[in-house]
Order: sequence, then structure tokens, then C-alpha cells
Amino acid sequence: MTTIPQPLVGVVLISHSDALATSAAALAVQIAGPDVQVVPAGGTDDGGLGTSPDKVTAAIQKVDRGVGVVLIPDMGGSVLTARLLEVPGQVAIADVPFVEGAIAAAVQAGIGGTLQDVLDAAEDARIYRKL
Amino acid sequence: MDTRFFTTWIEGIAKAVAENREHLTALDAAIGDADHGANLDRGFTAVREALAAAPPDSPGKALTLTGTTLIRKVGGASGPLYGTAFRQMGSVLGSAPDVTPSDLATALEAAVAGVRKLGGATEGDKTLLDALAPAAGALRRAVQNGTKTEDALDAALTAAREGARATIPLQARKGRASYLGERSIGHEDPGAASTVLILAALRDAAGG
Repeated sequence: MTTIPQPLVGVVLISHSDALATSAAALAVQIAGPDVQVVPAGGTDDGGLGTSPDKVTAAIQKVDRGVGVVLIPDMGGSVLTARLLEVPGQVAIADVPFVEGAIAAAVQAGIGGTLQDVLDAAEDARIYRKL
Repeated sequence: MDTRFFTTWIEGIAKAVAENREHLTALDAAIGDADHGANLDRGFTAVREALAAAPPDSPGKALTLTGTTLIRKVGGASGPLYGTAFRQMGSVLGSAPDVTPSDLATALEAAVAGVRKLGGATEGDKTLLDALAPAAGALRRAVQNGTKTEDALDAALTAAREGARATIPLQARKGRASYLGERSIGHEDPGAASTVLILAALRDAAGG
């Protein structure tokens, strides 16, 4: 008997740096498991530091399974780009620390959390203490 | 003011941004990531190409195409911010073939509102709003007083210049510069400086 996999909330990591977004996504997937849809959208179209709305849009489409997508921007322009791409109830921004928020969101998405669950989990990353 | 007026304005911005690319980048190097000049130049170069490829048939369409292209191509915070400003203006002006000074004031006010909503900034946060909001206010007052177009746009430019200069002693509260805290004091905000270029090109488009 096969089970149809449950669609998971997607996570898009938007950083000024392609390397930062890519590595943060790899770290999050390593912790949350390979089924999680965590995709980086870092840097400009020509590979420089900045934000590419086209890359972010493509990443959203890639992870969207119809149950919601969480955008985690790093700062400045990536936050503004994310705001332009918000869709109420479908594509939402988590205003959280980039790495910790990405991991918390990925873990919650991986266990089948709803869009709100994933946003809440990411929000909790704000108050994680390391010591 | 017809479509040609607006494409002349946008061409003027592209030229001014290219000429001031190093100046804008130097301002941004002091309190940001030293890419404002390069980013805006890339954005307005793409805008020029977009306008040439699909010449708009109304002022509103010219502004909307400009905004959409800036959002896609700039790469920094100024892309979404200026992109939203131009798209808001385009939306207000719709497909009307001619724009009155009063319409233009309404469009600039919509641009201010759009930027304020997107970035969450208010005047005094050391952002481009510190130049754009006074310019919109000055244009509105001039129009209400029946000032002729060239002089009304002069008033808007003067207000933008004064607003930009007034950002120098401010501490940044929005955007990348806000991470610098007190280190952001003593430098003109690059976004306010580029807004002055945009208002200067608008004044120039009116001739006289």
C-alpha cells in the first residue's frame, strides 16, 4: 500500500548573498529532512549581492504545493522584495533571524505544519537562547 | 503634460543617474553597501530599453512600465521602493493621454503613500521619503496657489533638496543604514539624494 505524500508548506530563503541563502537552505534541509521544500533565492540575476524578484518568484513557484509558502528575507531590499510578493493566506513573510528562523520553519514544515504553524515556529526562533 | 513629457522625464532620470553613479555610490559607501549608484544605473538602463522596446501610449503606462522594470532589475532596496513609487503614479494616472499639474501632485502623493506603506518609514527616518514627501507637499501647495507648472516643479525640487540635506544629521532608522546606529549620522541619505535627481529631471522636462 502506498500513501500519497501530504503537501508541505514551502520555505524560500531570500538573502542578499547567493552563497548565504544556498548554505542556509542546505543546513535547514539537513536538519529538517530531505522531503522539506526549502529553496534559496539569493543574490542578483548577475550573481552579485542584492535581491532578484525573478529568482524569488521562481523559488515560490518551485515550492508552492498549494498549502502555503513562507518567505524568510535577510534585510533591507530582500524584505521589501518579499513584501511585494506576499499573497494573503498563501505567501507570508516570517520576520525572524535568518538562519535560526530558516531551521525552525523547515522543521515545522517537514512535520506537516500549516502555514500559520510554520510562521509561529519561525517566530519562536527569535527567543531561542544558545547559552 | 503628455506621454512625451513623461518619457523625457524618465530619460532625464536615466541620464542623471548615470552621470551621478559614482556620487550615489560614494554616499552609499558611507552608510550602506556602496551599490546605490550601480543599482539605479542598471535599473534605469533597463527602463530605457523597456520604453524603447514597447513605447507607451499614455503617461500612466510609461510610469507603470518604469516601476515594474525597476522592481525587477535594480537588485537593491531602491528597486521595490522606487518601483512602487512609479507604479503608484502610473496607477493614479491610468490611461489618460494628458496630465494636469494637479493630477501630477496627486500621483506624487500616491507615490509617497506607497513608499511609506511598503517600507514602513516615516519622515525623519533618513530615507528617500525625507526628500519625496516634502516635494509632493510643495507641488500640491504650488498647484493650489495657481503657480505655473515650471515654478511649481521648481518648488518641488527645492523642497526635495532641502529635505535631502536635512537627512545629514539624522540617524537612520530604516534599511541597511539602520544597522549602523550612530555611525549613520553625518552623511546624506543616498536614497534622498537620488530622489533629488528624479525631481530635478522632472523640473527639466518642463523646460523654461
